[in-house]
Amino acid sequence: MGRSSAALLRPYGYWRYMEHRESRYPLIEHAAETLRAASGRPLSEVTLETLEAGELEIADTQISAEALRAQAEVARAAGYPQLAENLGRAAELTAVPNAEVLRMYDMLRPGRASHAELLALADALEREHAALACAALVREAAEVYARRGLARREPS
Amino acid sequence: MNRSRRFEILDGRDINRETFVEPWAEAGLIVADSPHDPQPSLRIEGGRVVKMDGRRREEFDSIDTFIADHALDLDAAAEAMATSSLEIARMLADISVPRARVLRLAAGCTPAMLVKIVSHMSVLEMMNGLAKMRVRRTPANQAHVTNKREHPALLAADAAEAARRGFAEVETTVGVARFAPFNALAILVGTQTGRGGVLTQCSVEESLGLRLAMKGLTTYAETLSVYGTERAFVDGDDTPWSKAFLASAYASRGVKVRFTSGTGSEALMGHAEGCSMLYLEARCLLVTRGAGSQGVQNGSISCIALPEALPGGVRVVLAENLLASMLGLEVASGNDALASHSAIRKSAKLMLQFIPGTDLIFSGYSAIPKGDNLFGGGNFDAEDFDDYSVLQRDMQIDGGTRSIAEEEALEIRERAARAIQAVYEELGLPPISDEEVAAAVVAHASADMPARDVVADLAAADSFMAGEETVLAAVAALQRRGFSETAANILELGRQRVAGDYLQPSAIFDRDFKVQSGVNDPNDYTGPGTGYRVGGARWEEIQNIRQQKSPRDFIAAQLGEPSGKLVELGPARAGTQTEVILAVGPAFGRALTKTIGELEHEEVLAAILTGVAEEGLTARILRVSHSSDCAEIGHVGAQLSGSGISVGLQSRGTTVIHKRGLARLSNLELFPQSPSLTLETYRAIGRNAARYAKGERPTPVPVQVDNWARLRLIVKTALLHRRETEEVRDLPPFELAFDWEPDV
Repeated sequence: MGRSSAALLRPYGYWRYMEHRESRYPLIEHAAETLRAASGRPLSEVTLETLEAGELEIADTQISAEALRAQAEVARAAGYPQLAENLGRAAELTAVPNAEVLRMYDMLRPGRASHAELLALADALEREHAALACAALVREAAEVYARRGLARREPS
Repeated sequence: MNRSRRFEILDGRDINRETFVEPWAEAGLIVADSPHDPQPSLRIEGGRVVKMDGRRREEFDSIDTFIADHALDLDAAAEAMATSSLEIARMLADISVPRARVLRLAAGCTPAMLVKIVSHMSVLEMMNGLAKMRVRRTPANQAHVTNKREHPALLAADAAEAARRGFAEVETTVGVARFAPFNALAILVGTQTGRGGVLTQCSVEESLGLRLAMKGLTTYAETLSVYGTERAFVDGDDTPWSKAFLASAYASRGVKVRFTSGTGSEALMGHAEGCSMLYLEARCLLVTRGAGSQGVQNGSISCIALPEALPGGVRVVLAENLLASMLGLEVASGNDALASHSAIRKSAKLMLQFIPGTDLIFSGYSAIPKGDNLFGGGNFDAEDFDDYSVLQRDMQIDGGTRSIAEEEALEIRERAARAIQAVYEELGLPPISDEEVAAAVVAHASADMPARDVVADLAAADSFMAGEETVLAAVAALQRRGFSETAANILELGRQRVAGDYLQPSAIFDRDFKVQSGVNDPNDYTGPGTGYRVGGARWEEIQNIRQQKSPRDFIAAQLGEPSGKLVELGPARAGTQTEVILAVGPAFGRALTKTIGELEHEEVLAAILTGVAEEGLTARILRVSHSSDCAEIGHVGAQLSGSGISVGLQSRGTTVIHKRGLARLSNLELFPQSPSLTLETYRAIGRNAARYAKGERPTPVPVQVDNWARLRLIVKTALLHRRETEEVRDLPPFELAFDWEPDV
C-alpha cells in the first residue's frame, strides 16, 4: 500500500497545493463547473427545480470517483497521506454495488474467509472493478490473517 | 467505632457513589506506565520496518503489522525516533514551535514513543499542546438527540433546537434498530430546519449504517470502533484491514468517517494483555491514522468510568486526545458519557477539553434529558444548557454553542415538528397528529409525548428501508408543503456530498453552509495573538446569554416617589437629652425609597422609631449628606446624639448601632446582611439602641444569615450604593422631621 508513494509525493504535492490552494478547495466553490455526481449529472443541475420536475435520483446526490480522487489529491497535498489513500480506495469502490461492498466488508472480518477466498476477492476487485488499491489491501490482509490465525481454516 | 458526623456527611456526598481502585497492571487496570508496556524502538531496513517497540517483524501481531505498514511515515521516523521524547514533549508545550513541526515528528513515532512523549507532560502542558495541535482552527461541538419513545416529532424538535444552539453535528441512535431510517430522517429534517449544514449520523450496526447513508439520510459515521490488542479487535468482530475497507466504503458513499477508540475498552473486554490503557490507545490511534480515517472519537468514551476509577485517569484521557491531534486526526473528545455523580468532578473533567478547545468538545453533548439518552446519558445534558453557556461566558471560551431564548426555541421546535409531520403525511407514513406536534414543541422529555403506534411505525420503517424511496422524496415533500428552506438545506447537503469537501480532516459547515476544515481553516496557533480567538460577533453572542439584563434598570424596584413625610428642618445641632439619633444616608427616602429587601423607607423608619419609643425614648432623624458609607453615617449621628448612641442607616438597608467615642469603623452592632433584615429586626434595632442610650447592656439583635444573599444581590448592592453615592454633597448633616406617630 502506497505509504512510500505518499511520502515521496508530499513535498511536491504540498507546494503545488500551496500554490493553488485558493483555487482548489473547497471544490464546491472553486471547481463547481467540473463537478459531476455519481450519475454523471453536472452539479449545476442538482437543484430544487430539477427535483420538482421529478428528474433527480439519489445517484445525482452521490459522490463520483473523480470527485473522490480530487479530494484525495487535496488531502495528500495538505499532508494527510493516509486519508488520501482511503479516498483513493473509496473512488474505486464507487463502482461496486451496495450489496457487494457489504459482502466484501463482511469477508474481511475475522474468521469469515479463508486465505484463498481472500486472494480470490482481491483478484475480483482488480479484474471486475479495476480496484487496484482495494485489491492490494485485501491481499495484504490475506497474508496477515493467515499468519495470525484470522483467516477461516480451509476444511481439511 | 464511633461514627464521625462529618464523615457520615462525606460518605453521603455524590463523589462517594463512585469507585476508586488501586492500579493492577496484570488486569489492564492501569492508565499509564504498565511494567508490560514496551520501550520505544524502531529499526527500518530496505524501506520496511523490521523491529518496532522491541518486537521483531516476525513477532508482530496484526496491529503491529498494520501500524508499521500504514501508519508510520518512514521518512519522518528516523528523525523522530532519534529525537528525545522529552524534547518533543517540550515542543508540544512550546508556543513558538508550530503545529506542522510537531505533526511531522509525530508521524514517525511508534506507539511506545508517543506514550513516552506525553509521559513527560503535566495536564496544563497537555492542554496547551492540544490547543496548538487541534486540527481545525475553530472549535466546535456535537450533540446527541435521541428519545426513549423514538418519537419522530420530538426527535425533529430536539434536533432543530440543538442546531439552533450551535451544534455542528447531531448524532442519534435507536432503541429498536428497525427505527433507524425514521430516526435518521427526523433529525435530518429537524437539524436542517434549525440550521442548514449541521452534519448528522445515526449510530447503528455497519451494514445498516451504510444503507442509511446510501439513501442520503446521514452525512457522517463515527462508531467505527478500533482496539489496541488483537484479541479485543477480534472480539469486536473486525481487524484493522476490515475497518480500513469499511472506512473506504463509507467514503465511497460520501460519508465523513470518524473512528472510535478510547482508554479502558481492552481492559473491559478482558484483553488488555497487561498493558496500560494509554499505550493501547496509542496503538488504536495509529490504526485509525493508518486506515485513513480523518479523525477519531476518543477520550475513553463509554468506558470513562474505568480510567476515572484509577489514579491519573482524567489526565490520561486528556493525553489520548492530545495524541490523536498529534497524529493529525480530528478529535471528538468524549465527554459523551456520564463521567461522575459529582457535579464538581464532571465539570472539572470537562475543563481539560473545554479550555484548550477541540475539534468537537463533546462527541455527543446530550441535547436531551439523561433519561431519554439512548447512548446511556451524557456528561452534560439538556438541563445543563444554561450552565454550559455561562461557562463559555465566564472564560470567554467558544464551547461551540449559544444560548437561545425560550421564544426562539419554541418557534424552531414548532417549525421542525410541522416539517416532519408534513413529510410523514406526504410519504404516507403513519400520521403525526397536531396534538403530537403541539406536545413536541413544549416537551422536555419523551414522557411529555403522547404514545405512538410502535407496530405501525416499525412496519412503515421496514417498508421504507426495503423500498426505493430516498431522502429526495422527503425533500420533494417539504418543498410541496412550503418548507422550502428545510428542503433547500437537505438538498444542499446532497450537493455537498457530490463535492465531498466535508470528507477532509475535521470538516464541518459554518453558519453560511461553507465547509470549514483542517484544509481551509487549519489551526495556526503559536501563542497569544494567534490561532482562534473569541472576539467580535461571536463574543457578543457568547456574552448575550438569555439571563443577561441591562444593569441600568436593575434598581427600578428601589425607585419611587420621594417620601412626602420626610421634611428637612435645618442644620443638625448636638443634642443634650437621652435620645437616639437615627442618621440616614444621602439618598434615603428621596432618590431611593426602598431597601434592597424592598422594604419602604418610611416603614423602616417607623419600625426603628417604634422600637425606640417602646423603651420610652425618642429619636431625632438626620440626613448625612457628605458620605454614603454606613460607618460614617452612624459615626456622625453618634457625635450629635445627646446619649452618644446612633443608628446609621444606608438607603439599601445596611444598618449600624454606633456610639460616640468609638472609632469610625468600630460599632456596637452591625447589620451588614441588609436583604435579610425585616421590619421586626429594625424595630428590635430601635429597642436596642434606646437601651444602650439608657446605659443598659442588651443582648445583640439576632440576625438571619443567608449565605447566598451576597451571591444573588451583589450587582444590585453595588448599583444601590452607586446611586446613593451620586447623592453625596459637601453639606453638613440636616435634621429631618418625619410625619409619624408611635403606635405604642
